[in-house]
Amino acid sequence: MFVVIVGCGRLGSHIASELSKLRHDVVVVDRSKDAFTLLSADFSGFQLLGDATEHETLRNARVGEADVVAAVTENDNANLMIAQAAKEVFVVKRLLARVSDPLKGDIYRRLGLGILCPTTVSAEAFEAEILKKEVDR
Amino acid sequence: MRVIIVGGGKVVYFLGKLFVSSGHTVSVINRNAEDSAEIARQLQALVIAGDGSDPRRLEEAQAMRAEAVIAVTPSDADNLVISQIAKHRFGVQRTLALVNDPENAELFKRLGITSVFNQTKMISSLIQQEISLQDVINLVPIKEGKVNAAEITIMAGHPCVGKTLSALSLPKDTLLPVIIRGESVIIPRGDTMLLVGDKAILISTPEEQGPAIRALTGED
Repeated sequence: MFVVIVGCGRLGSHIASELSKLRHDVVVVDRSKDAFTLLSADFSGFQLLGDATEHETLRNARVGEADVVAAVTENDNANLMIAQAAKEVFVVKRLLARVSDPLKGDIYRRLGLGILCPTTVSAEAFEAEILKKEVDR
Repeated sequence: MRVIIVGGGKVVYFLGKLFVSSGHTVSVINRNAEDSAEIARQLQALVIAGDGSDPRRLEEAQAMRAEAVIAVTPSDADNLVISQIAKHRFGVQRTLALVNDPENAELFKRLGITSVFNQTKMISSLIQQEISLQDVINLVPIKEGKVNAAEITIMAGHPCVGKTLSALSLPKDTLLPVIIRGESVIIPRGDTMLLVGDKAILISTPEEQGPAIRALTGED
């Protein structure tokens, strides 16, 4: 699979490193050169320095050929714009945007965009863990 | 009607003043708490300090009762999300957004933003037109530049001098609705003749503006 990951912070670098380990083609994009140091040593994908809210950067990342684009920067609004640009301009079929605000995430999920909300995901994991311990006792 | 303006700086203040003075109810959302307090002092408006792309702030600004939301922050991404949330969550009829990167204009339109203002393109085209044609002054772009209004000073040697409007071969999609001759304003007809010193107001599509100016002045 060919995957473009936008944002090489703790989350983006982790996803990119794991996918690369599983032998997928990965392009990871970030505005800051330092961010790429978070990638694992054996990351064999492509690192692209640039602002992905500019279409030029998305073109350079070959977003139009991607099977999946995941926008996982720390900026909800940038992720939402990048995902929608990928969908509308570059006709990418599968998109994921990281949106930390659950309320905002819901609005866009209803518009048919793939939204992952780290807040909800970890809240659910914590909740499950807490309830499981109670049952065990 | 209620209008919500999201952003900061002089633009928000002047836009707000404009809407208030024409009898509208205005809400302003500004990220910076100090600036918000200052706007609240200067403007008769409901001022909310915070992130305008947060649905909660839009709700506080009475988005469910607003007829228009204007997003003029320096971030294209923020302006897009503000407009989309206003439209899809609160059912705001008209959304107006500023874009800084010209490539985003098309995307915003496709995503259903009512009016998109491309400030980079507007300013550069104004400067370009000022420089290239001194006897042509562009007045206002109408409907985001789909229609242009220009004022053309007719000078000696221009091919249109002494000709009637019907004798001029002005391209389709152009109109000369007004001629200013000295102190008088003339609404021309087909038999109205153009004279040296006339100021002709030309209304046209951007594509036909060049050919129309050429027909009048002979210049490129």
